[in-house]
Amino acid sequence: MLEIKNLRASVDGKEILRGIDLNVGRGEVHVILGPNGGGKSTLMNVIMGHPKYEVVDGTITFDGENLLELKTYERARRGIFLSFQAPEEIPGITVENMIRTSMQAMSGGKLKYLEFRKQLKSMMAELKMDQSYARRYMNVGFSGGEKKRSEILQLLMLNPKLALLDETDSGLDVDAVQIVSNGVAKFHNENNACVIITHNTQILKSLKVDRVHVLLDGLIVKEGGAELVNKVLEEGFGAFSNE
Amino acid sequence: MNKQKSYVADIERALYDIRDEDRSTYKSHAGLTEEIIRDISARKNDPDWMLAFRLRSLAVYHSLELPTWGPDISDLDMDQIVTYVKPDAKMVGSWDELPDDIKNTFDRLGIPEAEKKSLAGVGAQYDSEVVYHNVQQSLTDDGVVYTDMESALRDHEEIVREYFMTLVPPKDHKFAALHGAVWSGGSFVYVPRGVQVKIPLQSYFRLNAAGAGQFEHTLIIVEPGASLHFIEGCSAPKYNVTNLHAGCVELFVKEGARLRYSTIENWSRNMMNLNTKRALVERDGLIEWVSGSFGSHVSMLYPCSVLHGEGARCEFTGVTFASKGQSLDTGASVIHAAPHTSANINTRTISKSGGAATYRSAVKVTKKAPHAKCSVNCESLMLDDESRSDTLPVMDVEGGDADIGHEAKIGRISEEAIYYLTARGIDENEARAMIVRGFVEPIAKELPLEYAVEMNNLINLELER
Repeated sequence: MLEIKNLRASVDGKEILRGIDLNVGRGEVHVILGPNGGGKSTLMNVIMGHPKYEVVDGTITFDGENLLELKTYERARRGIFLSFQAPEEIPGITVENMIRTSMQAMSGGKLKYLEFRKQLKSMMAELKMDQSYARRYMNVGFSGGEKKRSEILQLLMLNPKLALLDETDSGLDVDAVQIVSNGVAKFHNENNACVIITHNTQILKSLKVDRVHVLLDGLIVKEGGAELVNKVLEEGFGAFSNE
Repeated sequence: MNKQKSYVADIERALYDIRDEDRSTYKSHAGLTEEIIRDISARKNDPDWMLAFRLRSLAVYHSLELPTWGPDISDLDMDQIVTYVKPDAKMVGSWDELPDDIKNTFDRLGIPEAEKKSLAGVGAQYDSEVVYHNVQQSLTDDGVVYTDMESALRDHEEIVREYFMTLVPPKDHKFAALHGAVWSGGSFVYVPRGVQVKIPLQSYFRLNAAGAGQFEHTLIIVEPGASLHFIEGCSAPKYNVTNLHAGCVELFVKEGARLRYSTIENWSRNMMNLNTKRALVERDGLIEWVSGSFGSHVSMLYPCSVLHGEGARCEFTGVTFASKGQSLDTGASVIHAAPHTSANINTRTISKSGGAATYRSAVKVTKKAPHAKCSVNCESLMLDDESRSDTLPVMDVEGGDADIGHEAKIGRISEEAIYYLTARGIDENEARAMIVRGFVEPIAKELPLEYAVEMNNLINLELER
């Protein structure tokens, strides 16, 4: 589904990604671990096409199509979704309006309003979000946990092929992590894929992890199966620094 | 694109830009002399006192300098402006009686249709004279008067004489003096004590002739306990010469009365819009201004509320959108002149493609106004690096215990916010438009639905330019 070869990317002339290879297949769950500043978020943003990052070398294809030639909104319409680590506030645009506009942009047609409302209502209930949030301005005055839940709400409503989750579980209390984690589990099936950046294991509990990558200083220094998660989180990243 | 017309104006600029052939029956010479003033006055059958008023105003006009503190208006050459253009039509009470081209113009602007749907009375001015006026019988039965200023001067001379340019005296500034000398057309509304006018009245001002000025006078008197919503719309086709709009609006809101005065102004880009609007609010009265400024080359517009009676209130809501070649200097002014008066000023300004938008406000609290309360919230959004935005709020508080709040924000459109929306499949243009719409949302939700839709349409139109 997603194939990344020798990806090198920089921001403001500074190289952050120094040759990344990553393959994500349909139905898979990948976890990316690594210290802050190692390039995890950069990798997500480069896949999504943030204009600030410059791809210096390498390729990214999605279902065989060259992603690097597509703009961000086109990538989104192909089925790539990024759950932001720090989602932007959009004053004056309600959560409902934003999700509806987004779904219409994706499908290229009009939504049936009542069906949309019904779906939104049930997804919000699933995420234990108060229904009044539908009418609140996007992320304005939301707590950290509410912002993350609103990202997962969008994930469930948009139902993309590939979900990139950038620390969707960080800064949350135990209950909130559980809710977010259930949301991701609800989304995931054999036809889609997840790439998850995380610092803890709880979000992974209800998922079957296929592959783990340790990203350090712009390079993937270690790869393995699900067992690698616990090892890394227990032993830290120091062990990989010299590999 | 939405083809359906709303009653303020329409989404397609092309509609505004269709010019009619100039078939005016009389035009004054360009420039400004006593002879021209006497000529206009004679043609309008002014009473003697009005001629005298015009001539005094002309003298004041010549004695005052152009303001130098606002946007550059040095392009304005009064010797080139035709101050009076009489259209080839008498005022009628039925659209069908108008000449075809004039009728078609108002048809395109959607005015007759809006009248049927949602208005209790309509006045339509074409160049210097009002050509159409109609008001629902039930309002007339209640004693409400809604007519053009010329008819008011003829039929209600004493009332006009009592109020006319007492709130905006000619010596106020050069364009007020000009207005006093050459005013023509406009609306007169009188709402008797206790009468609630539930359906809005609307006047529409259309300037068709090139190089002309429009100087309509609006005089509204809402007697104690009465209420009214008055809507004003304006537009003009584009010419390569400068047109001038120096209207004057005087609103008298008596004890416990309420007046909502809404304007969405969409002049063409050759227009100098130097308009003066003022309200005098008595005890427990309320003036609500809703002001949208989209068009014109230069605008200077600062509706003023004089809170003259105890407990008088003002709510001001404004949106200004300045694009390429535009310098829009807008805002509001409030004078607290009695105890327990309160005011809320809430504005959004947007600038794009090199446009300059200035928010300018003046709040004065006199010694006579203990316990005055005023809150100002002005936000500006620049859509690119070449555009300008300035905020110039002035507060002058003489009283000791005034409760004054001020919040100003100037910002550029956030690239991260655009990225966020595009990551949700929304293309860059729509993302930008959404952010702008979100920015004006607190204002839009104050508007009646048709206006909110219209404002969104105008914003989309401005963004596409």
